Amino acid sequence: MTTTARTSPTTTSPATTSPATTSPATPVPVPARRGSRRTTGSPVDVPIPMSRLVRVELRKMADTRSGLWLLLGLAAITLVIVVVYFVTATQPERTFLHFMGATLGPQGFLLPVLGILLVTSEWSQRTGLVSFTLVPLRGRVLTAKVLAGLLAGVGAIVVSVAFAALATVVGGAPDGFAHFGLVELGKFGILQLTGILQGLAFGLLFLSSAPAIVSYFVFPTALNIVGSLWKPLQDVQPWIDLWAAQAPLFTADNLTDQQWAQIGTSNLIWVVLPFVLGLVRVLRAEVK
Amino acid sequence: MITVEHVTKRYGEYTAVDDVSFVARSGRVTGFLGPNGAGKSTTMRIMVGLTPPTTGEVQVDGRHYRDLANPGRQIGVLLDASAQHAGRTGREILTIGTETMGLPRTKVDQLLERVSLSADESRRRLRDYSLGMRQRLGIAHALLGDPSILILDEPANGLDPAGIHWMRGLLRDYAAGGGTVLLSSHLLHEVERIADDLVLIGRGRIVAQGTKEELLQPRGSFVRAERHRDLALALETAGICTSVSGQGLRSDAAPRQVGAVAAAHGIPLDELRPAEGAGLEDLFLQLTADTQREGVAA
Repeated sequence: MTTTARTSPTTTSPATTSPATTSPATPVPVPARRGSRRTTGSPVDVPIPMSRLVRVELRKMADTRSGLWLLLGLAAITLVIVVVYFVTATQPERTFLHFMGATLGPQGFLLPVLGILLVTSEWSQRTGLVSFTLVPLRGRVLTAKVLAGLLAGVGAIVVSVAFAALATVVGGAPDGFAHFGLVELGKFGILQLTGILQGLAFGLLFLSSAPAIVSYFVFPTALNIVGSLWKPLQDVQPWIDLWAAQAPLFTADNLTDQQWAQIGTSNLIWVVLPFVLGLVRVLRAEVK
Repeated sequence: MITVEHVTKRYGEYTAVDDVSFVARSGRVTGFLGPNGAGKSTTMRIMVGLTPPTTGEVQVDGRHYRDLANPGRQIGVLLDASAQHAGRTGREILTIGTETMGLPRTKVDQLLERVSLSADESRRRLRDYSLGMRQRLGIAHALLGDPSILILDEPANGLDPAGIHWMRGLLRDYAAGGGTVLLSSHLLHEVERIADDLVLIGRGRIVAQGTKEELLQPRGSFVRAERHRDLALALETAGICTSVSGQGLRSDAAPRQVGAVAAAHGIPLDELRPAEGAGLEDLFLQLTADTQREGVAA
């Protein structure tokens, strides 16, 4: 068609940035900063505090059916496992430590999923478009997610403690609360919180729920199987296999320095490394 | 005010946005117009920091978006009305917005009313919303923080005629109150009705920009004659480029000039009139034809 039409309507050069040059015929009142002073609430120039972002993340965890069911499921499965253990164990076995230990497994299954979804839902549901527009420094959103995830982990431990204590009081062994102190609580805490952090890390790395969840379960299992079949790997396995390294945390035994070191190295590989890679990815990625 | 300065975004070999510069002024509605895939959404994502530009920069009220302490209070953004969690209720989505921005909860009901979403509708989940309802919710979300700037990507999509009428009024009032509105569209007629200023983009490049009056001003003429070959030749020798348009010829020259040439050569005319603001429409059709395979024959 016409080649003349292509350029002819260009009237304002991009360089003319002075608003005066194309002022419209209709008079426009001096920009009254539409309502920005009328509104109650925090002023425009005050940065959003981290506490508020964490509260928002906690809210987002529970305000959908799937999110709510995950949290309720976490509590329910904790209760169920305590009841099951209560029914199947003999009375001397019904100690607070054992009840707590029983809740670790099922919770350890769901908490990483919670961590994964906390991150990936921003991509799968595309809410990141809004979240990162309202908070353009993405690191702040991710920090809030980490803190919210850790709080959820603490919440899960509190639920475990509550059910386990109740079961121990109701029909536990006479010295039901023996062998459980701050050290054990700390070990259980490490287990659950690293689980959440690993979930967050895998979520960041994949930015998609299914691959993140599958990888979370498949890779460590594969390593475990390969390690049991392939001799040369067995020497290094305790250092790189997170599940193997963290197994002693489930017990009341005192850990050796080497065991702690192995927990450290395996966490470096399975939690810190994917987290850092994922973080770099998210900070650079385009949000669509 | 939004200032876009020489923004370019490349994906490997492909240049999605090519040296785009324009200004969206306060008190005005600026229409960002172009066919699908022209680079509108990418440019808008760059404005709010979701996409890093390859080169160039955008300033909002003289600052970079990422330096804003609480951007929702200054700039209302709606990039995609469906980019919300399908399992959240409309009310919940707005509540999360007020929480994040630190606004009182009363804002939620205010805004729901402002965009005419009923209390009942606000308790439904987003997956059960029509596109029109999503747009209304998205506009409510953008308005939550009483911003002085609005950036809306295809906000009229999915709205029914009454909804479009409503939105037009809302954005007009907003600009009349001193606000800056930048809205994108791939429909010329839709934007023509709302916008004060127009920015046309095609294949990542700005092809025209200015006030609506300037761009829609009659320019050129349409002429029809039985001896149109002779006329075209005569006009060309007179230095006037023409193109075939329907049964006649279109040119950049004023009707009087065309008439003079025809008279000088003794060519009788069947019709001669100013081309009514068709320049913009032509340009737009051309942009659209470039990107749409089934498009208008060139």
